[in-house]
Amino acid sequence: MFFQKYNWQKCKLFLIASLLCLPIPAWAVSHAVNANTQTVQMALSTEPPNLNSLTSTDSVSFFMLLHLQEGLLSYGDNDELVGGVAESWRMDGTHVSFTLRDNARWSDGKPVRAQDFVFAWRTVLDKKTASNYAFIFYPIKNAEKIHRGELSPDELGVMADDDRHLRVELEQPTAYFLSLTTFATYFPLREDFYTTQQSRYAADAGKLLYNGAFTLKEWTHGASLTLEKNPQYWNAANIKLNAINIPHITNDANTLFNLFQSNEIALTELSRETLPQALQQRLYIQSFLNGMLNYMEFNFREKSPLHNHALREAISLVIDRQALVNKVIAAPGTRPTTNFFPAWLPGLLPSTNNIPAPDIEKARQALSLAKKELNVETLPPLTLLIYDTPSAVRQAEYLQRILQQTLGIQLIIDKQIFKQKLAKLNSGDFDMALSAWGPDYNDPMTFADLLASSNANNHGRYSNPQYDQLVAQAARLPLGDTRAETFATMQTIIAKDISVVPLTEPGIIYVQNRQLKNVKRSRFGGDPDFRHAYIEEKPSL
Amino acid sequence: MIHYALKRIFTGLITIWFIASATFLAMHMVPGDPLADEKAVPLEIRTALLEYYGLDQPLPVQYLRFFNNMLHGDFGLSFTQKNRAVNDIIRAHFPVSALLGCIALLFATGGAMLWGALAARFHRHWPDYLIMGVVVASISIPGFVFAALAQIAVLHINQQFGTQFPLAGWGTVQQMLLPALVLGLGTMAYMARLMRSSMLDVQQAQYIRTARAKGLSSSRIFWIHTLRNAALPVFSTLGPAIAAITTGGFVVETVFAIPGLGRYFVQAVQQLDYTVIMGTTVFYGSFLVLMVLVVDLLVGVIDPRIRLQDGR
Repeated sequence: MFFQKYNWQKCKLFLIASLLCLPIPAWAVSHAVNANTQTVQMALSTEPPNLNSLTSTDSVSFFMLLHLQEGLLSYGDNDELVGGVAESWRMDGTHVSFTLRDNARWSDGKPVRAQDFVFAWRTVLDKKTASNYAFIFYPIKNAEKIHRGELSPDELGVMADDDRHLRVELEQPTAYFLSLTTFATYFPLREDFYTTQQSRYAADAGKLLYNGAFTLKEWTHGASLTLEKNPQYWNAANIKLNAINIPHITNDANTLFNLFQSNEIALTELSRETLPQALQQRLYIQSFLNGMLNYMEFNFREKSPLHNHALREAISLVIDRQALVNKVIAAPGTRPTTNFFPAWLPGLLPSTNNIPAPDIEKARQALSLAKKELNVETLPPLTLLIYDTPSAVRQAEYLQRILQQTLGIQLIIDKQIFKQKLAKLNSGDFDMALSAWGPDYNDPMTFADLLASSNANNHGRYSNPQYDQLVAQAARLPLGDTRAETFATMQTIIAKDISVVPLTEPGIIYVQNRQLKNVKRSRFGGDPDFRHAYIEEKPSL
Repeated sequence: MIHYALKRIFTGLITIWFIASATFLAMHMVPGDPLADEKAVPLEIRTALLEYYGLDQPLPVQYLRFFNNMLHGDFGLSFTQKNRAVNDIIRAHFPVSALLGCIALLFATGGAMLWGALAARFHRHWPDYLIMGVVVASISIPGFVFAALAQIAVLHINQQFGTQFPLAGWGTVQQMLLPALVLGLGTMAYMARLMRSSMLDVQQAQYIRTARAKGLSSSRIFWIHTLRNAALPVFSTLGPAIAAITTGGFVVETVFAIPGLGRYFVQAVQQLDYTVIMGTTVFYGSFLVLMVLVVDLLVGVIDPRIRLQDGR
């Protein structure tokens, strides 16, 4: 043991040195909420990929844009339409007119003018902009033709009569047009600013103009963002929060929950792993139906046996949605459903949503009919295309087991990561697929359109002329009973054709700081909505 | 020496060209559609997107274009972060990864020296078994487990003692220590084993016996003769260690919400973000080629025997 002395000394030194490093005081002690300064801290799952409203497509960018910019109209607390930049509006058949507020301003103090909308909308439809959401302008006169390059952008059905008056001509009466104007792609854009920034528009905090409730004061890519109240906003008097700080960007559910527990962020979603911890700590857990629909798609192409109606019927009859929700997904907040149109949508007839119990006997009869019609003794194995996520895998395994046990159908689970699954869906390389759809605007059309034969998201190529006709009809009809009945007929057709199998309406579960009030959870146009949130002095009990 | 250096630089350039070409081909062979999004778009929008990103051109044309741009130091705009240049992404996030990597490497080499030497010193006694047990555990347990455990530990310390150690984030020294420790742990364990066996070898060497026979003090033998000689082979593994640490930061960066390049590197592959995949791969490739070159040249300078023996 000759060298023991030296080694232990060094060892001690090392330990002491490492311990000394730790208690360096933090430079900024941060809190999830601060009632005095009215600030709130939260985390984002990812860096906002694209804050250019013309081309944004993802939920994080939409969340940011909801707070930073504003369209003609906006959604109120109960998803009713309220004035945004427009103070009044009138829709009369295919003519829509908007009067803009005279106190609507950009963050540099210049007024938001009707021309800013004209410029933005024409730019979206320019092929060179390559906007994924260009199709959302198609109700406007000539939009589709301009986008195909058949007409020049000047011929778009939108005119600025003067700085404060905007007129829109539609292709045909479109009942949901007004709710489209809340969508980020419809936001205004100032030509002089946009042209000076070129392709770098919205790449940094300083490369963006704001006309919303907040401005982006600081953006350290991948690390943090700071939103500050916009004093130029027309409704600034009613915005109580002074700042929204986003000090962390990560999608690790455990990290987010740890940050919530250590009072660094005021709001976070819970995952299957963090939920038990939250329950154990008796945290106040809230849930919210995020408006999406999870459903099973079938491949209607000849090469897949699923084009056979009886086979689709057999499969749909053995699925036990209650078991799927309670035992397989096993997260509170998610609901089973048989409706293709989620019940929260406005303008629908009241629906019952009775979840039927599986009918094995009937399913077996349907299966033998299917075998006869397909002229096979035994069915070939079917593939189920899913995303490679734990929840999707559990659901797929449930379906695999239930189909094997009740019908003797062998199911091959085809797990794919994001882009690969999309590629397989688009090329029709599947028999069945688990899919999800989220609404773009507050109207049943955002779901109805999905199963139209021309829709690119109708991956299975389901096609029913009667259904297509109803979609075209509902697009033209004014809001009211006839339109509601049209949607009800569509629902009947979907159930009869078994074009898809609606499974669940997913809910998200989350914990929120007790002092943080009035955060609106929204199904479209950016979530969560902090625009009218505030921080209460003391936690309410 | 200059001739040797020039030769190495030339082969380095060939290596980078090979990395770039292989990545380009592999990337285009991966099934999946880089432009596909959750919501599919009508055909005319797809055509517009293909044109916008130049994906409508045949592959050889895309390859030549890419190379021309690369020679001009331009990797183009990211597909997923639509208005950010790949160069900006590398410029903003590589320094973070590099700093994290440097601290991790310091932890790793320092720790490896210490624990390896200790284990060798107490060869076949309990400190040896204890240290080697911990080392084997550190090699076998994946980094994300350590990362998650470390974070929970900090959370509990904060809750128990009312302290405010940061759980995540980047910027302060405190925020850097824990992730760096977790990141360096695997490398530390690997190098500690190397250090231990190297120490054992050197302890058996003739010159140590000679030194002892000369009556040198045991501490002098340990510090001057054993430790220094034993450390040399450990240092020569630094090249691959830098590789492992700078590119392997993805998990640690996600758990500790660190804005490093590792996250972009991995996400780009998942998202098939062609420009970012090419940019980061070529950048990391060049960086590693450079590091290996520097280490080799330095070793040649420091230890003439190596240069004479095989003229690598």
